[in-house]
Amino acid sequence: MKRFILGVFVAGAILAASGARPQDLLIRGATVHTASAKGTLKNADVLVRGGVIVAVGADAAAASGATVIEAHGKELTPGLFGGLTDVGLEEIAEEAETSDTTLNLKAPAWEQQWHPELDVALAFNPHSFIVPLTRIEGVTWTMLAPGNGDSIIGGQGAAVTLDGRAEAVLAGSRTLFVQMGSDGARRTGGTRAAQFMLLEQAIQEARTPGAAAPGALLHVAGKQALVRYLTGGRVVFQVDRAADILSVVAFAKRNGMKPVISGGDEAWVVAKQLAKADVPVILNPLNDLPVDFDHLAASLESAARLQAAGVRIAFSSGDIPQARLVRQLAGNAVAHGLPWEAALAAITSNPAEIFGVAATHGRIAVGQVADLVLWSGDPLEVTTLADRVWISGRSVEMTSRQTELRDRYLEKLKVHQAR
Amino acid sequence: MNVLARVALLLTVALAVSAGMAAEPFPSTYQVPASPPVLIQGGTVLTGTGERLEATDVLIADGRIQSIGKNLSAPAGARIIDARGRWVTPGLIDIHSHLGVYAVPSVKGLDDGNEATSPVTANVWAEHSVWPQDPGFETALEGGVTTLQILPGSANLIGGRSVVLKNVQAVTYQGMKFPGAAYGLKMACGENPKRVYGGKNQAPSTRMGNVAGYRQAFADAQDYQESWNKYHRELAAYNKKKAAPPDDSTKKSKDGADKEPMPPSPPKRDLKLETLAEVLNGHIRVHMHCYRADEMATLLDVADEFGFKIVAYHHAVEAYKIADRLAEQGVCAAMWADWYGFKMEAFDGIQENLAMVDFPEHSCAIVHSDSGDGIQRLNQEAAKAMAHGQRAGLNIPPERAIRWLTYNPAKSLGLEDRIGTLENGKGADVVIWNGNPFSVYALADQVFIDGALTFDRAHPSGKPRSDFLLGGHLAEAPL
Repeated sequence: MKRFILGVFVAGAILAASGARPQDLLIRGATVHTASAKGTLKNADVLVRGGVIVAVGADAAAASGATVIEAHGKELTPGLFGGLTDVGLEEIAEEAETSDTTLNLKAPAWEQQWHPELDVALAFNPHSFIVPLTRIEGVTWTMLAPGNGDSIIGGQGAAVTLDGRAEAVLAGSRTLFVQMGSDGARRTGGTRAAQFMLLEQAIQEARTPGAAAPGALLHVAGKQALVRYLTGGRVVFQVDRAADILSVVAFAKRNGMKPVISGGDEAWVVAKQLAKADVPVILNPLNDLPVDFDHLAASLESAARLQAAGVRIAFSSGDIPQARLVRQLAGNAVAHGLPWEAALAAITSNPAEIFGVAATHGRIAVGQVADLVLWSGDPLEVTTLADRVWISGRSVEMTSRQTELRDRYLEKLKVHQAR
Repeated sequence: MNVLARVALLLTVALAVSAGMAAEPFPSTYQVPASPPVLIQGGTVLTGTGERLEATDVLIADGRIQSIGKNLSAPAGARIIDARGRWVTPGLIDIHSHLGVYAVPSVKGLDDGNEATSPVTANVWAEHSVWPQDPGFETALEGGVTTLQILPGSANLIGGRSVVLKNVQAVTYQGMKFPGAAYGLKMACGENPKRVYGGKNQAPSTRMGNVAGYRQAFADAQDYQESWNKYHRELAAYNKKKAAPPDDSTKKSKDGADKEPMPPSPPKRDLKLETLAEVLNGHIRVHMHCYRADEMATLLDVADEFGFKIVAYHHAVEAYKIADRLAEQGVCAAMWADWYGFKMEAFDGIQENLAMVDFPEHSCAIVHSDSGDGIQRLNQEAAKAMAHGQRAGLNIPPERAIRWLTYNPAKSLGLEDRIGTLENGKGADVVIWNGNPFSVYALADQVFIDGALTFDRAHPSGKPRSDFLLGGHLAEAPL
């Protein structure tokens, strides 16, 4: 009961902040995958008030006027994490004017200026075509990650909710992105050794107060941005080769950063070291090809091996328009040895922990924002679809540009075939 | 020799004759491996003909399906596999793969997929770029893929010949080459050719430039074809004359000299036009990369103008807009389940595309990959499309959806009498899945190619492994 009251209090606080009051919502009789230590609850109810979960369990009572959804045992999960994406930053990859993912000043390596102060979340368009077609598949939030231009520091990104609101950034999620390994070597004059050399230089500049010196990597704003990450700030390093991963972790820790490994195709090779250093890995568990010499040990068992070693994992397809496919990544990881609950966590609670939004996102628990998805079957199964989606307790309209195209042409096709 | 082999031989002879060659170059050296008979007992069998047979046995011997039914008896020496609770399907066929030509590792030294030096390179053959050590072949095999069509890339209007390969380990591509399979011709619509050549400030830089390019190429091929036809007519006349008994009138000629008739000179061979002429002759099958419905329709008109047939549109993300017409004209559409939006011509991709293209009578919907990743999970691509079809009211059972991965692609390759279904006498390309293949949890347990066990999940040490993967990168590092 005490917890229930606390939940209401939190709900009230968030409600006051957002202003509008969504209708109370009671989802009754669901198979609730909480993505928390409580695991899966059979025939459970979830009560939502003011956009926040206020009760989870048996026989929750709704106020009169609440929307009641009978789940009939169907499976309910937290809204899913779409991975590190460009949702809302880009419509069409090959049409540059539709893309705001990447700062590329086209400077040669020896004339580079780095811009850690760049924040791609400022370019987020909640009205992007890709937002509705992502959320109707049950993906309710994602991490905006800058692309890689001509420097290894891509800039900052942040987690956003996909309910279409303008102020979409989730508090506390801002993160710096750095590209390492062979991909980054092209941006540092041809050797990955220079990545550490230049990062050292940038860090020294950031720690030196005052105006930027001539030929410096950083402007004043850049120094101010970078220095914030040197006292426990979260930095995502995109890196795959096992040896590089260890170098990056050591470097990050030495400089006061909290590293997150993204890519990590060979991370399983150094899984024990990552577990010991408490470094999470964001990976695409489908990557099993030696796509270049940084990925020679890529394996379909990566996720299972990392998890077994005690590494916190999250999934990301790295394929921009396909944030909606995270469930397929998770399902395949299960087929290759990852426990089902761990796979769900890798697209819900784990990314919420990694990106500092676990107090509000990633689980079905009292006090969490009510991002919920009711599924037609096993949520990780490819033949399952989202039946209903709620973000902050509001029901999502299950339409997108793609469903409109479908309806237009399916109608014609059926008429023609009937003739 | 069966009918098909005979047809293949005749085709080979026809090709050789038309080009004035001794024999078809780069012959396949693949041979069906000797392997013991196999009796797969009690599985759920999707035949690829549209049937689903519960608790049914499949008997394989001499590289072929011998029998399908209940309680089949095992011949002497047969390997017996208990498939109860498991599913049995034909081997999967991917008609759009760049394995070997865009091999991994994706380094410059292996970047052999696009001869992007001229918009019409019908003279190049994908097989000459295939690196048989591409580790992608093995991962595709683990996904149940037994036959692949390897295509040149789509930089060019006409990119070159494709090759059909069996997914077997070999040191040479000839050892993988599907005996008797017709060649394909890779053509491309839309953005890629105009971007590649427009970027070099040469033609084509627009879609109208694209169409002008296809038309000129086939107009040239018609000329070339006619020059060879003329040569063959003259040669026939000459041979006839030579073979004829001496004519008295010749002896009585004025000057008294015996004038030997001169043999005609063959036209100079042009490898580019030779390939295109074979398209016009119907010996090479056109596979065309085309996203937009309107461009597919335009190219159907181009094909009509020159009298060739397009067998399949690939990457056909807008095929759902003209599903009726494609079915009526017998054109297959090869599709992804849900790729969209990475370029303007892919903007209208929808997840019901496969299901909608499948809907009309006589349709030919195909799942293709164009990806070393996607090819490992063609079954999941089909499963996603089934789910979205079902939600749209198009109920597609597994026994129908399996045709997107087996019979329909075989048909587009002209190989439907040899592979793509489990029927008596067909080549024994068979996959045993650990459950319903249309599930994210499904894995191929065993894969047979021409009756030989080529992959066995229970015995990973015996699976094919590229030379490239040797060298000890796979150990877990010590703490």
